Amino acid sequence: MAVLEQDVRAAHEEQHRESLVRRYIFSQDHKVIGIQYLATSFLMALIGGVLAMVIRLELGWPGSVINQGSYLSTVTMHGTIMVFYVLSTALTGGFGNYLVPLQIGARDMAFPFLNMLSYWLYALSLIPLVAAFFAPGGAPMSGWTAYTPLSAVPQAAPGSGIGQSLWLLSLAILIVAFLFGSLNVITTVMQLRARGMSMMRMPLTVWGLFITAILSLLSFPVLLAAGIMLLFDRHLGTTFFLPAGSVIGGKVIAAGGGDPLLWQHLFWFLGHPEVYILILPGMGIVSDIIANNARKPVFGYPVMVLTMAVIAFLSFLVWGHHMFVSGMHPMLGTAFMATTLIIAVPSAIKTFNWLATMWRGKIRFTPQMLFAIGFVSVFVTGGLTGLMLGNPAVDMYLHDTYFVVAHFHFVMASASLFGVFAGLYHWFPKMFGRALDERLGRLHFWLALPTTYATFFPMHFAGLAGMPRRIYSTQLYGYLQGLEGLNRFISVAAFVLFVAHMIFAVNVVYSLAKGRRVAENPWQATTLEWTTSSPPPHGNWGEREVVVYRWAYDYSLPEAAQDFVPQNVPVEAPVTAVARQAGGQVAPATG
Amino acid sequence: MAGNIEPVSARREAGRGVAVALLVWAMLGGAMVATWAAMRRWWFPPLASSQGADIDRLFGIIFAVISVVFILVQATLGLALWRFGSRGESHRASHWHEHRGLEIGWTTITAVTLIALTVLGGSLWLRVHSAPPADARTVEVVAEQFGWRFHYPGPDGVLAAVDLTADRRGSPLGIRSDAPGAADDIVSRELVVEVNRPVRLLIRSKDVIHSFYVPNMRFKQDAVPGRVVEIWFTPVQAGTFPIACAELCGVGHYVMASTLKVVTPEEYQSWLASFARGAL
Ligand code: HEM
Ligand SMILES: [Cu+2]
Ligand SMILES: [Cu+2]
Repeated sequence: MAVLEQDVRAAHEEQHRESLVRRYIFSQDHKVIGIQYLATSFLMALIGGVLAMVIRLELGWPGSVINQGSYLSTVTMHGTIMVFYVLSTALTGGFGNYLVPLQIGARDMAFPFLNMLSYWLYALSLIPLVAAFFAPGGAPMSGWTAYTPLSAVPQAAPGSGIGQSLWLLSLAILIVAFLFGSLNVITTVMQLRARGMSMMRMPLTVWGLFITAILSLLSFPVLLAAGIMLLFDRHLGTTFFLPAGSVIGGKVIAAGGGDPLLWQHLFWFLGHPEVYILILPGMGIVSDIIANNARKPVFGYPVMVLTMAVIAFLSFLVWGHHMFVSGMHPMLGTAFMATTLIIAVPSAIKTFNWLATMWRGKIRFTPQMLFAIGFVSVFVTGGLTGLMLGNPAVDMYLHDTYFVVAHFHFVMASASLFGVFAGLYHWFPKMFGRALDERLGRLHFWLALPTTYATFFPMHFAGLAGMPRRIYSTQLYGYLQGLEGLNRFISVAAFVLFVAHMIFAVNVVYSLAKGRRVAENPWQATTLEWTTSSPPPHGNWGEREVVVYRWAYDYSLPEAAQDFVPQNVPVEAPVTAVARQAGGQVAPATG
Repeated sequence: MAGNIEPVSARREAGRGVAVALLVWAMLGGAMVATWAAMRRWWFPPLASSQGADIDRLFGIIFAVISVVFILVQATLGLALWRFGSRGESHRASHWHEHRGLEIGWTTITAVTLIALTVLGGSLWLRVHSAPPADARTVEVVAEQFGWRFHYPGPDGVLAAVDLTADRRGSPLGIRSDAPGAADDIVSRELVVEVNRPVRLLIRSKDVIHSFYVPNMRFKQDAVPGRVVEIWFTPVQAGTFPIACAELCGVGHYVMASTLKVVTPEEYQSWLASFARGAL
């Protein structure tokens, strides 16, 4: 442990002498890498968002903008980009890098070079991803889940040509980036915590990111392997996912012997943990933001940690709920139903704990708190419909309809995304020394919450009425004719939602230049990142040593003068005096 | 301290709490009103199978449970914002962060509810997948890009073996004319079944994965190349119902439609008779 710490320090001293390029582009500083991850995810979100608008144009006004093939490519790339290249990267790469060392009192990640590599692999993975749009036949058309054989045989669809291979290549590179990143987070949390920072003193944000890293490390390799197997099927003549005796796009698969369901098992073995990879960091972030703004300790902290761990563990055992009607054995469906419904228990407990954290608090309605409140609201809405989908007989009707689309847009495109926004409003001042504009932030929220509901809630009805997902037009089916007005309404709401989120982009640009300058600890928070300057220097605390004396939630202690006591304030010291000048002074090192 | 959060006026902050509470409640109210309105316009299509009745009933139970939770949680969230907005410097948040009783209480209630739903859901699922009744008629369903074919055994009750890789003129499913049972087999583009008579489907695909979806029957089953899935349902309403493909299968996915006709036994016999010669 001591050795690692010395290495990190040495690396830092070296870095001080380095050029601007090494400092801001090929940087090994976790803060720069975190911001690079966030900025790149942000750009990808713009692309993914524009694709979403194209989808909504098509569904609102069928046949108006693109043809059938491009529609499927658009859906595929929208889903892929949003899940893997926006939310995953922003939460684990962005917040993970930026916050973990700062919140545990480390000077950097355990492996700064690996960390730099992680970001640049992400950047590299964007080249084949974007190239897929320009491939002959177009971008892949098999959905973000890339079900075989559609994705395995070039004859199956125009987009299943070179575009699909580029997609797989890009994902493979990105997965390696994630693996480097999660190794780093795990090692950092295990090895580089400041003196006094026991695991049970860590803020929930760190817990969320730490558990997420474990999930990533254990589940992503499975998709990597599956992706490589699929590339083999596509280019080297293997048939892992191709059964004998089928004819695809005129091509006879005579040898075969593989099974398309193998792909689904491998995909969802990652795919389900992946959705929790997208929500656990948000849960951590939101817990901390609610505590900070309600000026109260998180309610049931040990239970909050435990439920995250339970969710993470169970998330390895539920993947089959995506496959109830796939033809796998019905008994398996029953088992997966049981695990799926059980996983709702820890999710519900977390929600109750957030409510109890606010209860009897003294709530400040900063933009980050508004988004945290929005997170709770939309997470509940999305989580509850999971209970319907988790019931296989009911899912038999709802699977692959817009009801599922509604479900996962509430938990991902709403809850996860609100988690990201909450985090950005909260930590932007730490990153750049300037706060995001509060009025624009409020406007963003006041537009985003209603339009989120207006966009995604009616999708439940389309699904209940039987509208399948990934269809180019609803006009072919007589029974879907009545949904035209509903789909148009959803589209219009989605356009406004897009505009709402664009306000955030404006806010970032404006605030980087003109935002209110802030001191060390503008939110009067307790965690360690607020005990250093905004933005923090290389090495995070300069020469000072960080020592932790208390947990992350000493808000509104009855005996303290101020309503917060930072983690580095000694317990035995007269709290009143120290807390007053705390605003972030680091306690002098002892011994 | 310069640059710190501005000391907000207590009045303002409490006012904001009320406003956000109203917003959260507006979402709750909006969702309830929208659902109520949707129930008469955009709800389930008319029900036409016996399994569907059980599925709709279970849906109703879960819907009731989650509606109660939805309303309670969103209402409480709003209430917390309404009541606990900052009320100025002098007032302080309570240092309340553990409550064994509460925690055990809500964990138990949630767990019990979910176990109940698991039991209900599991038993229905096993019923849906139970062995088909003896009087069930058998139809083989073959999916391909982008259409459906329905293969009937004919009066002898024997389904001839299909060979989807064979390109046999006159037989889209590659049935050899001399195969056992082939002489009287029928291949149709629409599915015709008798009312109140269970129908056992053998679902398979020629190329990629499709999904056989009949909204009115609350029925869906993927068609996976390389395997044959056996599953049954009982239509209880005569009529004509849409069949859709629910699994993305390529460019023509959205046009992969067919029709299910549920008819009386007499109509069924005359439909069969219309194929009497040259069915394949
Ligand atoms: C509260 C517990 C939850 C339960 C019981 C649950 C249950 C389910 C079930 C059964 C499905 C499969 C539906 C189908 O395809 O027919 C599903 C789909 C999905 N869920 Fe959840 N879910 C929960 C929470 C979440 C969370 C927190 C996320 C993400 C942040 C999430 C993301 C997704 C996604 C992305 C899909 C669809 C994937 C696809 O088919 O494209 N779910 N969920
Ligand atoms: Cu899942
Ligand atoms: Cu199809």
